[in-house]
Amino acid sequence: MHIAAIAHFLRRFLLAWLLAVPLLTAPAAAAGVDPALLAPLAGDDTDAKLQAIAALGQLPEPAAAAVLQALGNDQLYATADGRVLIGTGGARATDPVTGASVDLPAGSGTVTINNRLRRAIEAALAGSRLFSDKPDERLAAARRLQQTGDPARLPMLEKALTSEKNEAVRDALLIAQANLELKSTDPAKRRHAVELLGETRNAAFRPTLAALTQEQGGVYAEPDAGVREAAVNALKQIDRHLATIEWAGNLFYGISLGSVLLLAALGLAITFGLMGVINMAHGELLMIGAYVTYLVQTLFRAWLPGWLDWYVVAALPLAFAITALVGMALERTVIRWLYGRPLETLLATWGISLMLMQGVRTLFGAQNVEVGNPSWMSGGITVLGGLVLTYNRLVIIGFAFFVVFLVWVLLNHTRLGLFVRAITQNRRMADCVGVPTGRVDMLAFGLGSGIAGLAGVALSQLGNVGPDLGRGYIVDSFMVVVLGGVGQLAGTVIAAMGLGGVNKFLEPYAGAVMAKITILVLIVLFVQKRPQGLFAPRGRSVE
Amino acid sequence: MKQTALTDLNLLARRPLFSGRVWTALAVAVALLALLPLLNLVFPPGHALHVSAYAVALLGKFMCYAMAALALDLVWGYAGILSLGHGLFFALGGYAHGMYLMRAIGRDGVYQSDLPDFMVFLDWKSYPWYWSFTEHFWYAMLLVVLVPGVLAFVFGYFAFRSRIKGVYFSIITQALTFAAMLLFFRNDTGFGGNNGFTDFKRILGFDITAPGTRAALYWITLAALAGALVLARLVTQSKLGRVLTAVRDAESRLRFIGYDPLGFKLFVWTLSAVLCGIAGALYVPQVGIINPSEMSTETSIEMVIWVATGGRGTLIGPIIGAGAVNGLKTWFTSVLPEYWLYALGLIFVLVTLFLPTGIVGLARRVAARFQENKA
Amino acid sequence: MKRRLALKQLTAVSLLAMTGWMPQVLAAEDTIKIGILHSLSGTMAISETSLKDVALMTIDEINANGGVMGKKLEAVVVDPASNWPLFAEKSRQLLSQDKVAVVFGCWTSVSRKSVLPVFKELNGLLFYPVQYEGEELEKNVFYTGAAPNQQAIPAVEYLMSEDGGGAKRFVLLGTDYVYPRTTNKILRAFLHSKGVKDSDIDEVYTPFGHSDYQTIVANIKKFATGGKTAVISTINGDSNVPFYKELGNAGLKATDVPVVAFSVGEEELRGVDTKPLVGHLAAWNYFQSVKNPVNEEFIKKWKAYAKAKNLPNSSTVVTNDPMEATYVGIHMWKQAVEQAKTTDVDKVIAAMGGQKFNAPDGYTIEMDKTNHHLHKPVYIGEIKADGQFNVVWKSKGPIRAQPWSPYIPGNESKQGL
Repeated sequence: MHIAAIAHFLRRFLLAWLLAVPLLTAPAAAAGVDPALLAPLAGDDTDAKLQAIAALGQLPEPAAAAVLQALGNDQLYATADGRVLIGTGGARATDPVTGASVDLPAGSGTVTINNRLRRAIEAALAGSRLFSDKPDERLAAARRLQQTGDPARLPMLEKALTSEKNEAVRDALLIAQANLELKSTDPAKRRHAVELLGETRNAAFRPTLAALTQEQGGVYAEPDAGVREAAVNALKQIDRHLATIEWAGNLFYGISLGSVLLLAALGLAITFGLMGVINMAHGELLMIGAYVTYLVQTLFRAWLPGWLDWYVVAALPLAFAITALVGMALERTVIRWLYGRPLETLLATWGISLMLMQGVRTLFGAQNVEVGNPSWMSGGITVLGGLVLTYNRLVIIGFAFFVVFLVWVLLNHTRLGLFVRAITQNRRMADCVGVPTGRVDMLAFGLGSGIAGLAGVALSQLGNVGPDLGRGYIVDSFMVVVLGGVGQLAGTVIAAMGLGGVNKFLEPYAGAVMAKITILVLIVLFVQKRPQGLFAPRGRSVE
Repeated sequence: MKQTALTDLNLLARRPLFSGRVWTALAVAVALLALLPLLNLVFPPGHALHVSAYAVALLGKFMCYAMAALALDLVWGYAGILSLGHGLFFALGGYAHGMYLMRAIGRDGVYQSDLPDFMVFLDWKSYPWYWSFTEHFWYAMLLVVLVPGVLAFVFGYFAFRSRIKGVYFSIITQALTFAAMLLFFRNDTGFGGNNGFTDFKRILGFDITAPGTRAALYWITLAALAGALVLARLVTQSKLGRVLTAVRDAESRLRFIGYDPLGFKLFVWTLSAVLCGIAGALYVPQVGIINPSEMSTETSIEMVIWVATGGRGTLIGPIIGAGAVNGLKTWFTSVLPEYWLYALGLIFVLVTLFLPTGIVGLARRVAARFQENKA
Repeated sequence: MKRRLALKQLTAVSLLAMTGWMPQVLAAEDTIKIGILHSLSGTMAISETSLKDVALMTIDEINANGGVMGKKLEAVVVDPASNWPLFAEKSRQLLSQDKVAVVFGCWTSVSRKSVLPVFKELNGLLFYPVQYEGEELEKNVFYTGAAPNQQAIPAVEYLMSEDGGGAKRFVLLGTDYVYPRTTNKILRAFLHSKGVKDSDIDEVYTPFGHSDYQTIVANIKKFATGGKTAVISTINGDSNVPFYKELGNAGLKATDVPVVAFSVGEEELRGVDTKPLVGHLAAWNYFQSVKNPVNEEFIKKWKAYAKAKNLPNSSTVVTNDPMEATYVGIHMWKQAVEQAKTTDVDKVIAAMGGQKFNAPDGYTIEMDKTNHHLHKPVYIGEIKADGQFNVVWKSKGPIRAQPWSPYIPGNESKQGL
């Protein structure tokens, strides 16, 4: 018995070795790519290119994958004599046939691609990446293959499944296999595939599952009733999940909009609470903060390209400082002469805002300027299998709360904050007690303006940076301040979050414009009931 | 103690409107202004005394603005209510008249249909209910007065009853006009969306671009402006006017004495809105287009600066202010377009800082100085 | 009371002074005046300022070559500040005060519609260089931009083709005004004619200046779960930046859901990080990346002009379709004037039909003999990482415009125009 078992084992071992040897040696033998395969890429025929791309996707050689990757990144060059080279920067290139590094000959142009070719490249690369060393790449490839409806991929998937050890990749592969098995002739397999796809709750499978339940003239697309029933259940699962995603999405969008409103209105709330003046130039302070960010980005691009990703962080203190200075200058030159005349201050600051806007136009042009997201703020994180939480908004939400925290610390744990609170409650009394109201006014105005500058930095990451940036946020900032009242920081936070949330929950039903109008009307009505806002200042005053 | 309300005052008992000298001066001014369209009609182009149609239309527009400024001065200068949304009433009056003018185009539009062009490209088959009867001129005129009036009345009632004042009030008037602007920008609202109303052909059967029609509109505007001035003066010289001044200067004290400011404020607020609406209605046929940007927050704030520049609390001041600022704007945007906003911003700042009583106040001081030197 | 009197008299006199005695710019004997009516401030300044500069450059070029009929051209530039009533007023000023021979201007359809009555009343001449929704054919206007059949329809055909992605569902996303509304009406009828059902078409509008596209992008993703989807964007210039930013960050790639835009060109992409947008499309009659000697010359001249006049951001200036249309329009007008031997509007209008010009778009394009529109080639381009466009499809040659779209009921009788 033992001998038979050993012999059996040896035979198997030898067989595996024999099979492995060609696999192990194959890469070494054929390091380059067949030039005949590459030739169509240099030509003009799209169909031939598609075929070449598909063929390259089947090859195990890493050179083939390198060609496909270069093609996708606009790095593949076609020489005048029909050869294909992979650009490596400067005037150097690699020849995929020989693997050698060569000079890029004159007259070479990039091989241009369009979306159709891009899709083919992605699918082809997914196939080859299925066997990559890195589990991340295999997972991404498996996920990509879930999208394909091509049954010819099935054998490759099965081959990958036999050798895959990583749990996550296995699951992804099983799903991809299920997607393809929907076309199988065995109803039990189909039903199993449908159930598996329903479990994923991934909306990407909705079209294929829905197609199974279709009928036309009494004839069902899916003959087996059991499979149909399973499909209906699967669709229900997916739809329930979609509803959850939508709700979670609206919540996120509401919080994100609220955080933007909070940042924009915080500075205004401080100055309004303190001095009772509405600074109509507040929007322009936001704009200045955004332009400072643009300038810092330009500087970084010119002098510190390696650190370009961190220009936003560098822009923060600079924007704060500059807008605080502008605010303080404003306070000293214009606003303090209008002390006690809030309506005139409103008008004077409006005039300043017009001048600031035109000044920016003269300096930077009337066109928008380009401010790019740094790489750690680009893209997003996918949660719940379908909801993308974009990084830039996540960062801004965090930043908004951080700023609120800083302001809270400042107002409640510093001397300046103490003075500010005193003056907000009762200016005359504070004056009598010895608080230097003039200086506190100036500093508080500077603080409010500085916060506006910080908000401008955040806004530059979300939308346009142009002279009109401020105009888009001024009415919203007013609404937050009026709604929240000037007694406490909490008022501003709650008002901003509330407005953001209500806006985003209304938007899917009524559209963006009607949601906005409804909110404005609601605020007007609310202010009738409670003119001082949510958190009114406490204290004895007639007005 | 019963509070003294609007109805308790004898409104007809009042101080005299203007002195005899002022009446003469007013008459001279009106006559001179009325002369201009005649100069346009009578003399051919190229003649030394000819006034171009462009100038007539421009002055007509200025007079509409002057009337709106006058209306704003009533509430701001005399009652201390700063409205940053008066452009809304101006535009509503304009839209009401515009509905009639759009109907009057008949089948002469681009699509040769009974509906206005913008309804055709929206695929609407008939007029919405709020467009009914607007083919009648008298109904449109009724709307011109009622729509701004009723809106102002309702808004004012709730706002003044809750005692919203000062900056808060100004902000919510901004919110109101901004919301209305967003509403009217929607094509689905049925008022032409971003395009607004334009391409008018005729009014009451007369060709709207004919020089005769232009002249007539100009004279009607002039008459309306003069009438508004007299009416405003009537209000401010009456006992009502005295109460309003008290509201402006010390509302709480007024309340403690036993007056209920609500009725007074509401009256002048509604009157002001109606005057603004009429100004808007006269504006539209002369300019040839009305569009939601007339409701924008910027336009409303600019109205305030006309009043401030001219001199708030005087009735002739806003008229001068409207003429001066708009004249400057027309000049700047043709000669130095890039500098117009600097100039406007500077006007805002300088007027509020150094010229709180406006041009009229300045003129009075200069004249007083002059009198002193003479004496 | 004396003060009051003096005041009243002062008022009257000053009002008078501001009117007909306004600075009358007397025409010099040997110049022909050209009006330039583009917003230099306000929301549309972003797109229109470069058109004013291109017009000035073209005028300089013509003057350097001897002017028109021996006379120099003089530009009269006004700023209607993105304010539609001001457009009407300024156009009246240009025609009746400054007595210009022709006006090159307008961008949005609103501005064009507001100046139209003035041009008809005063028999002026307007050249309108921007793509628009059609449904218009005025004697006093020459349209050097695309009509829907020269831009929108070919783009949708491309999207439905294999190369374009084989789209089955369409999201029509636009700004709420006449151009997107009319274009979408035409496109819906076109899609119906190709068998696309209403349930596969989603029409969404946002106001000018809208900046929060989170919900809309999420809805596009949801809509795309129903089948291969393409987005047709008629969002106007300004709002495109936040839209594309949201699109890029949400990971909606061009290979999954391609977006074709009709109002996004090289100029609008200057304000955006284009790396996540690679592969999204635009349809125009000209791209800066079109390779031919006339275009290379045009781009060179423009860059040199921008540098010489110290325009803002002169190192990164680009050319785009409306700029090319302005350039072509001015040259064609010059040719018509020289042919008619006068600047009289009616004679020039008669001479414009049939004018040909060797344009930077690579073809010798012709002004149609009867319908006041240019025959224009169609290019569809994909956005590249550097903000330029890669041409992925082009029409076989210039296409004649159909200002009255056959897809709108009621236009059957106007097809011959």
